[in-house]
Amino acid sequence: MPIGDVAPEISIIVAAVLALLFAAFAPRRMQAGSALIALAGIAIAVALLLAQLGETRFTFSGTWALDGASLWARLMILISTAFCILLSPGWFRTDPRHGEYYTILLLGALGAMAMAGAGDLLQLVIAVLLSSVTGYTLAAWHRDWALSVEAGMKYFLMGALANALLITGVTLILGLLSSSEYADIATALKLGNGLSPLLFVGFALTITGVAFKLGAVPAHAWLPDVAEGAPVPSAAFLTVVPKIGAAIALARLVQLVPPEFLGLRPLIAVLAVATMTLGNLAALWQDDLRRLIGWSSVAQAGYLLMAITVLGLSPDALTALLVFVASYAIGNLTAFAVVAHLRGRTALNDYDGLAKRRPVAAAALVIAFLSLVGIPPTVGFLGKLTLFIATIDGGYTWLAVVAAANTVASLFYYARVMGRVYFGVPPENVAVMGRLSCSAMWIAAITVIVSSVLVETAIVAFGLSQLLPI
Amino acid sequence: MLTLAILIPMLGALALIILPSLSQSNARILAIGASTLSFLMLLIVWARFDTSVDAPAFQAFAEAAWIPSLGVAWRVGVDGMSLALSLMSGVLFIACISWPMENPERPRVYYAWFLFLESVSLGLFLVLDLLIFYVFFDLSLVGMFFLIGRWGHGDAERAALKFFIYTLAGSLAILLAIIGLVLSVDPITFDMRALIAAQPLAGMDLRGGLILLGFLVGFAVKAPLFPVHTWLPPAHVMAPGPVSAILAGVLLKMGTYGIVRIPFQMMRETFADYALALAIVALASILWGAIVALGQTNLKRRIAYTSVNHMGYTVMEIAAAGALLTGAEGAREMALTGAVVEMVAHGLITGALFLIAGGFWARSETYDLNAFGGLANVAPRLTMAAVIAAFASLGLPGLAGFVAEVQIFVGTFAVFPWIAAIGLLGILITAALFLRLLQQLFFGDLPKDHEGFPDVSLREGTVLAALLALVVLIGIYPRWLLDLIGSATSAIIGG
Repeated sequence: MPIGDVAPEISIIVAAVLALLFAAFAPRRMQAGSALIALAGIAIAVALLLAQLGETRFTFSGTWALDGASLWARLMILISTAFCILLSPGWFRTDPRHGEYYTILLLGALGAMAMAGAGDLLQLVIAVLLSSVTGYTLAAWHRDWALSVEAGMKYFLMGALANALLITGVTLILGLLSSSEYADIATALKLGNGLSPLLFVGFALTITGVAFKLGAVPAHAWLPDVAEGAPVPSAAFLTVVPKIGAAIALARLVQLVPPEFLGLRPLIAVLAVATMTLGNLAALWQDDLRRLIGWSSVAQAGYLLMAITVLGLSPDALTALLVFVASYAIGNLTAFAVVAHLRGRTALNDYDGLAKRRPVAAAALVIAFLSLVGIPPTVGFLGKLTLFIATIDGGYTWLAVVAAANTVASLFYYARVMGRVYFGVPPENVAVMGRLSCSAMWIAAITVIVSSVLVETAIVAFGLSQLLPI
Repeated sequence: MLTLAILIPMLGALALIILPSLSQSNARILAIGASTLSFLMLLIVWARFDTSVDAPAFQAFAEAAWIPSLGVAWRVGVDGMSLALSLMSGVLFIACISWPMENPERPRVYYAWFLFLESVSLGLFLVLDLLIFYVFFDLSLVGMFFLIGRWGHGDAERAALKFFIYTLAGSLAILLAIIGLVLSVDPITFDMRALIAAQPLAGMDLRGGLILLGFLVGFAVKAPLFPVHTWLPPAHVMAPGPVSAILAGVLLKMGTYGIVRIPFQMMRETFADYALALAIVALASILWGAIVALGQTNLKRRIAYTSVNHMGYTVMEIAAAGALLTGAEGAREMALTGAVVEMVAHGLITGALFLIAGGFWARSETYDLNAFGGLANVAPRLTMAAVIAAFASLGLPGLAGFVAEVQIFVGTFAVFPWIAAIGLLGILITAALFLRLLQQLFFGDLPKDHEGFPDVSLREGTVLAALLALVVLIGIYPRWLLDLIGSATSAIIGG
């Protein structure tokens, strides 16, 4: 067994176990020590991951894909997870046993990494399940708080259904093409074997299952609840990390089917339109900031699907997907870092005049939102730009037009918040969390701007990436 | 040099944000200093500018790589048109920053936003890269959104939001059109000079038409043209006077400048095909703007609608200039020169008018024309300034507006005689509405509560005098401006 090929994943498992052991024996005031163990594990995993740079092959009998797409996605997953860990010690300060939280967080990240690397349908199912099970726990972490439990419950019910659909879909594909390995499936489909309406159903169900992790229609309904009710570090994690994994998993799945067969691309395009439109319309009149970010995150999943639609139709599609995912992750994590730093304040009214009391937090929130709208010079602009270029290049101009119209609609709710923050009458005092969350917020906001300047490096690196099976 | 002109105000804005304990007057001095320094850079470029026939189209060019894999780079350079517009913007920014704040709240941040807006406005006129052009186009919205929302009055937040959403819709149409345009060259590049030389859409009917539509819709929102002008009146009415002046004087020009620079220059054939349609839309704006302006009783709304009317003239001329690929060079060159002169003149004149309107608000907190009368008795200097600005705006000979309008109509008559003839009606209506405005404000009986109406202060007076002196100078001795602009327009028309 080429065990070295999964060294980054092993280091995450080891760190998860060590964090758990530490949490079991450490006194209450030292629970945050698990965070250090988790960060160390992530650092080692990142180093091991970078050693895989340039590899493009399947390993473990074709079940695990080592390629540029999975490498960059896993890197983004690890960095995003590390960022969520920075938000956690402050948030859980009063939770006497929160050391275990980091274990769950690491296992959730592992699930997402496995999704990005899945080269086999069964592996995909396992990855989705691992990511889901940990996700439910993370969402419902505040056992005594109704909203948090409700979020976990909704997530769980949606997840149970979506996972059932996923397994049904996988079974159909496996039955019709008599293999679960992507390489075999791709070969069969290239020759046009096994094409049937039933196979379309199989793919559609599988896509629905992955769309659940992505927060895309038709399995998106959990996202706003999780964003509102889950602890803020969990919300930041769950709206970003599983999405990165799911984006690559979905891209790999869609790429198996040549564009001329089965009509999968139009299906994804329709899902994209439905997702972005629904997300934006639902966010328009939200008066709860966290729910608003949740719905906006649904809408962003819709934009992301545009890149998957044109996969194989435009040479830039994969680059666009990676740039967009990265820009979304940075923007969304910045927004949640601000919310966490403000101790989870969530009613929109509470943000009135924030700029006068907490100018840095206000500026970071505005930068995050401008990035999510896609206004330069933020990284979100470059994400949307590459996305639009790939979409138009791939022949889906109408989709880009719909996305542009959606962007205008989305500005309405983002600007409503920005307006309150800057033009509203400030409250007496705004409590904040602590130094760690403050520096996390600074780092994130600066990243939004700096990464847009350095985007060339990313475009070149992503441009060299490939998505197996070729 | 051009990069410095863009960078200096931006650094000034950063300095204002970082230095926490700056008094209002020091903040203003810093802002005036930064904008003057940036203007000096432009003057240096102007002094070195070569207007002879065989000079290169874009001068003072500089380039720095940003995203080579997408063909994006920091490219700055000017021709006569962009230099004239950026000089006008530089003057107007110094004027508006010097003008006293309407409600002196958080002056440091106010001046920082002003400098930010100056930086992106100059950037928009000076860059030669489509993507960075778009970046500045969008950033101007952000700057304006915060200036109107935070320092405006009445329902300013709503007006700012409406402005932001309308113009972002326009700018996204532009973004899609830009992508469509650059994807038709291989390898993809955002270099304006390369795109002008390549004319990438020649011979593509449907695709070219759609891309042109994207550009025109986007720039029409910004200009603004009828029927997508409805964001303009509330934005103007709620904004403080100096912000209105920038909005009308600089931001509206971005729309018309964009039409010339991008669709006109980069896709001549397609533009010529649809020029008549554009001219008709412009005609609708001319008449609609004039007639609606006549019906307004709110001082600022009335001036705002005259902007719709004036930008209509500008677009009409641009359409006339681009209507043919060959033939009638003289008339078309005159039309285009007229369009650019109109942009410069409108910037200075309307800037002055909005500053005056802002002065009315600062003194009485109302824009209602019926609340005033007979002010000539108590505020002779204000009357003087308003009379000159109003006459310049309606096109009296000897003032800047006239120079522009003569060229407009002479140029347009050669290409679209009927449209020019109907457009003349607009001038009559504007004349009527400005005369009524002056009459209502300054003549007749002075209402009791305005007996102590203060005349312009020294600072206000200096600013107005400087702007209006330029208006008069262009009116009686336009040669220097026409030479500068003509060097660009003859190159543009000649291909």
